[in-house]
Formats: sequence, structure tokens, C-alpha cells
Amino acid sequence: MCLGIPGQIVEITDAGRKLGVANVSGVRRPVNLACVIGEGSVEDLIGTWVLIHVGFAMSKIDEDQAAETLRILTELGEAQQELAAMRDGDRALGDAQW
Amino acid sequence: MKYVDEFRDPVRAGVLLKEIEALTAQIMAGRDRPVVIMEVCGGHTHSIFRYGIEKMLPPEIEFAHGPGCPVCVLPMGRVDDCVELAMKPEVIFTTFGDAMRVPGSRLSLLGAKAEGADVRMVYSPLDALALARANPDREVVFFGLGFETTMPSTALTILQAQAEGIGNFSLFCNHITIIPTIKAILDSPDMGIDGFLGPGHVSMVIGTDPYDFIARDYHRPLVVAGFEPLDVLHSVWMVLRQMAEGRAEIENQYDRIVPRHGNEASLAAVTEVFELREFFEWRGLGSIDHSGVQIREAYAAWDAERKFAVASPSIPDPKACQCGEVLKGAIKPWQCKLFGRSCTPETPMGALMVSSEGACAAYYQYGGIDAVPEPAQ
Repeated sequence: MCLGIPGQIVEITDAGRKLGVANVSGVRRPVNLACVIGEGSVEDLIGTWVLIHVGFAMSKIDEDQAAETLRILTELGEAQQELAAMRDGDRALGDAQW
Repeated sequence: MKYVDEFRDPVRAGVLLKEIEALTAQIMAGRDRPVVIMEVCGGHTHSIFRYGIEKMLPPEIEFAHGPGCPVCVLPMGRVDDCVELAMKPEVIFTTFGDAMRVPGSRLSLLGAKAEGADVRMVYSPLDALALARANPDREVVFFGLGFETTMPSTALTILQAQAEGIGNFSLFCNHITIIPTIKAILDSPDMGIDGFLGPGHVSMVIGTDPYDFIARDYHRPLVVAGFEPLDVLHSVWMVLRQMAEGRAEIENQYDRIVPRHGNEASLAAVTEVFELREFFEWRGLGSIDHSGVQIREAYAAWDAERKFAVASPSIPDPKACQCGEVLKGAIKPWQCKLFGRSCTPETPMGALMVSSEGACAAYYQYGGIDAVPEPAQ
């Protein structure tokens, strides 16, 4: 929850609500992009690596940082917990959509 | 130093350790007690244990494990509130998985689920909002907890609920705020902390300016630190360098993530939705003024406390439980009578054993077999 997990933004699903999809270790997860848009347009974020906390992209990071952060999170067991939490969330959501 | 191999840059880690030794020798020349550095954030606690960082450092450097694990400092009365909310037949109670096993006075949320409450683990508050949208005949309550790192997520979720007119969603707000808590630690009479590692991801939201008082009024260095092992070593070196040079400043080791003024969009959402509470109760630390936030009147419709008239009983921690002493650094986890006996990660009695970021769980997992006492006869 506090350490977050890196992901790459691969799709914008709802520009008005600032929602997109991130690829997190091969898993697709909806993410809110409100905190990383800044001055630009939401579409500019496609391909960007971000640090994701509880479904919200909170900070842009570069690809090398993302890989290193993911390595450490995996060693700490936090990445596995985060991915498990995402699976729990998906299960809870069922057919419900963001 | 068997763990140095695991560092991203072992050579650099080696150089830092050498310099830390030299700085420590310089600092110790003028004093007769160890240098105590508090890592405020539970993420740092976890990293320090996982990589054996304390064992790499000179013995005169000690870590005090701070209160920065939001699951760990949640008081029992608030868990009881959650259970009560979850037991209401109309309620779908949604929570991060971390909070499921935190003991209440009678039940944890896991226990409530076993007794038939509709408790669902979600990854994001926006999962909970989606459930509210999909279940218009139910009341979806989200258990919001965490420091400033997760506050923007719940604030933005409430703003989204308002924008869409979703009335069957509410937040049970247990967010806590780090600055008054650090201040309370600095003001406590037996305070022996020489410097701080500041939390990385809280600071990503709030920036580094809010810490200025620590250097200005308390003359203690604080270095905002990343949580990778090399970040922690580098930050310890920065704290020691300040001490050796007689400086007390706020420095930012984690500037690749932490902007000086924080994240503008996050802070705007947090300020819009939340205001400081007069006080908030912490497990082990008692009540701390202005250390929690509540939902502003304008967003009362999404406030579970107002919607369900939550009682928030004040319930003391179990008598034998010494989480408070551990949190304040008065005892080490293994010195608690329950540690490793009736309190283990599988069956936690105290909150510090629940989360992997809690000091007791970290000692239990990484402290080595020597730290685990023999079962009581």
C-alpha cells in the first residue's frame, strides 16, 4: 500500500475521468491518472512509467528506475503482495467497471 | 556484510559503509551514547530488516523504528467500528487486505466475514466506488487508512462519487498525518533521537517543506529517503555527515520521486475533501492532537462516520501487549512477553505483528532464530 508498484500506462480509457490502463508486471489494471497529468494532455501519458499506489498513478519514473524498483519490491515480497491485492480487487469487482 | 552483494551497486555500498564508519568515529569522539536514527516509515523498517542494514553499520548507530505503519497504529476501537459497520445487512464493507487480520476487541474483519458480514478485499478505493455503482441497493463503505500517501486516492474517489452523484458510497476515514506525529515524538520527555530518515512516499505527496520545523526548532537533521537498500545507506550517511558538520537541515535523498513542494494535484484534492481532526487515537501512542483528518462538512454525504453514526469506542490494547513501548523505542520487539509466543504473524495479538511493515513482524521474519524466545514453560 505504501510502497506502491511501478507500471507502464498502455491505454487511456476515459480521458474525462482521467482513467487509463497500466501494465503492471504483465497484468492489466485500471489506474487513475489525475495526479500525474500536470500541464500536458492525458493522451501524452501513454508509454509513461509511473509509480502506482492503490490504483492511482502518483509519480512518473523512468524505465530503469521502474525495473530496479520492481526488483527490490520483489525481494521484499511487496510486489507479490501488491499483485495479490490486485487479484483480490479484480475478484471483488466481478463485472463492475471503474 | 553478506548482504552487500544484493545491492544494486555493491561497490558504492562498500564506499558508503567506509565513510559511515569514519563519520561515526568522528561523531563518537565527542559523545558517550549511541547515535539513534529513527526511520519514520514502515517501508524503511522492512527494507532495513530485509537487507540486514543495521548489522552492516557500526554498533554505535541504532535505528528506532518509527510509527509509520498505518495498519499497525490503528486503535482497537476503530477496528470495532469497522466490524460494526460490516455487520449491517445493507453494507458491503470494502477494505485493503492488509487490514483484514488486525484484531478488534472481539473480532477482526476476517472474523466478521466468517460470521457472515459482507467484507470484500479491494485494491483501490475506486474498486469500492465501482461496487457502489454496480450495487445501487446496497451501501458500500470503504475503509480508508494510511498516511498522506493514500489520502489523495480517497479524496479523489469522493470527488468522483460527487461528480457522478453516487450516493450509496461512503468513506470510513482513518487517515493519519505524519507531521504532528513526528512533533509528538520530538516533544516526548525521553526523546533520544538524533536524526530522522523521512518517509519517501508521504513526501512525494506533501514535499519537503513541512519538515522544516524539525531542523529549525528541534535542531535535528532529517533526510527524506528512498526505500531501496542503497537509498537507506546513502540517507544514513547524509544524516551522519550533517551531525559531523554540526548541521541540522532537511535534505532530500529521494529527489527522483519527491519534489520539494509535493504533488500539486494530490494536495489540492486532499485539501478540498479533508480537514484536520482535533485529535486522533493511535494504538500504543495514545491520542495525538491534529494527527488525523476527517471529511469536510461539504462532503458529509460520503462520510461513513456521519451516515452511520459510528461510535468509536476507546478500547485499551490488551494488557500484556507492549506495542506502545516498541513503537516509542522503549523496548525491542523480542523483549515483549508475547513476542513469538502467543503473538506471531499467523495469530497476531498486537498490531505490530500484523503488517510486514510492523517492527515485530519484521523482527520475527528477519531477526533470525536467536530473536525468537523459547516457548514459556
